Amino acid sequence: MGPEARKSYHEELKELQNMVEEMGDLASQAISLSIEGLVELDDEKVKMVEDIDSKIYAYDRAIEKKSLNLIALQAPVAKDLRFIGTCLKIITDLDRVGRYSMDIGKVTRRMQGKKHLKKLVSIPYMAQLTIEMVDLAVDAFVEGDETKIDAIYENEEKVDALYDEIFREVLTYMIEDSKSITMGTQYVLVIRYLERIADHACNIVERVVYMETGEMVDHEV
Amino acid sequence: MIRKLKELFKEEQSCQRIEMPIDKKMLVEDLDLWYGKTKALKNINIELEENKVTAIIGPSGCGKSTLLRCLNRMNDTIPSVRVEGKVWLDGYNIYDEVTDCVDIRRKVGMVFQKPNPFPFSIENNIYYGCQVNGIDVDKGGVVERSLKQAALWDEVKDRLDENALSLSGGQQQRLCIARALAIEPDVILMDEPCSALDPIATAKIEDLIDELKEYYTVIIVTHNMQQAARVSDYTAYMYLGELIEFGETTQIFENPQEENTERYITGRFG
Repeated sequence: MGPEARKSYHEELKELQNMVEEMGDLASQAISLSIEGLVELDDEKVKMVEDIDSKIYAYDRAIEKKSLNLIALQAPVAKDLRFIGTCLKIITDLDRVGRYSMDIGKVTRRMQGKKHLKKLVSIPYMAQLTIEMVDLAVDAFVEGDETKIDAIYENEEKVDALYDEIFREVLTYMIEDSKSITMGTQYVLVIRYLERIADHACNIVERVVYMETGEMVDHEV
Repeated sequence: MIRKLKELFKEEQSCQRIEMPIDKKMLVEDLDLWYGKTKALKNINIELEENKVTAIIGPSGCGKSTLLRCLNRMNDTIPSVRVEGKVWLDGYNIYDEVTDCVDIRRKVGMVFQKPNPFPFSIENNIYYGCQVNGIDVDKGGVVERSLKQAALWDEVKDRLDENALSLSGGQQQRLCIARALAIEPDVILMDEPCSALDPIATAKIEDLIDELKEYYTVIIVTHNMQQAARVSDYTAYMYLGELIEFGETTQIFENPQEENTERYITGRFG
């Protein structure tokens, strides 16, 4: 075969990949900070999450623009086309991860001046699992390694189980003491957001499977 | 149609006949071609579907034009060429000893890269093929039908007696297509028909190809991969004289199965 052609186009594809990777890192940081903010009831961390979310949004716009430019100017096909299609899809997932982190921040704000019902253990663990899922999904994208889907699905089952477990625990608190309802409903919101983040990580890795193999994964959540 | 075929393959009793797979117009079977000692086509096997557009793509020198020219025995005009294998058209082997090349070319018309109208009037360009083939048709009728099918009628209907060389490049190419259609072929071969044309003329030819497939089987060689993606139903990718991959165009351009195809169409070599 001859020498590589269309060098600058392939460099642009690489740049696009770097941008998605950076956006993924920010999304991961946003979850992490939002949970730290929740555990410590720290408004400074909520502000940091807001800043990160703005950056995530800026990446979303920039990546979309770059992807559309590449489609218009370079007429990508085959794996390149699937790669760009994947970028366009997963930035929406990453953007949603940022938004849910913000929503957790809003919960923290609503908890200002109050105390947790108990030391938070399960929620940070659930958050840790979702962060791992997002990190794995972004790694799968960057490395083109669709086999990471198994580890992600495994984590998702744990996250779903934790959701049920925490939900029941919070419910017990609320039944036993109506004063705990205000805080309890906020915890339920947080675990709902984390569960949705886990679903977005699944979406991302499913797109990576398509990007790598051309096969669409039909995952019943 | 059968009668016409029997006429075409005059010595039918000595002519081998096969049952064609459903919807297939032409079959290429174990085709090898040499230019002198150089083997330019290596064991090509391909099935060309009726009333569909098949694009042949691949880097320069891969043999795509050679393969196209095999489909109506145009390579026979080159002295050093030797062909082995079979090309079936409607069940008859066009490389059979008894087959008349001229008749084959009447059934399998060709349009070339550079528009090559004769230095006659527009209408005589169209009618010429009928004349030399002894086809008895109404001149006005065949001129109008062919020019309409080639989407050129509206542009030239008031100046049919003008010299064809006065037309623009794009119009000349559509005239050449109309000329090929005049003798009512079954298959039309196009060898980079748009490479000498501007984008507007190219778009007109591409629209035309889409319309032509309703009546004809079209096989197009193109260097322009986006053109192949736009106009064809099936795509064949060739490399160094071999057919590397053949499939539906959407599959070839979205998810090629061969690494070599992937590298070529994404511009990683070529």
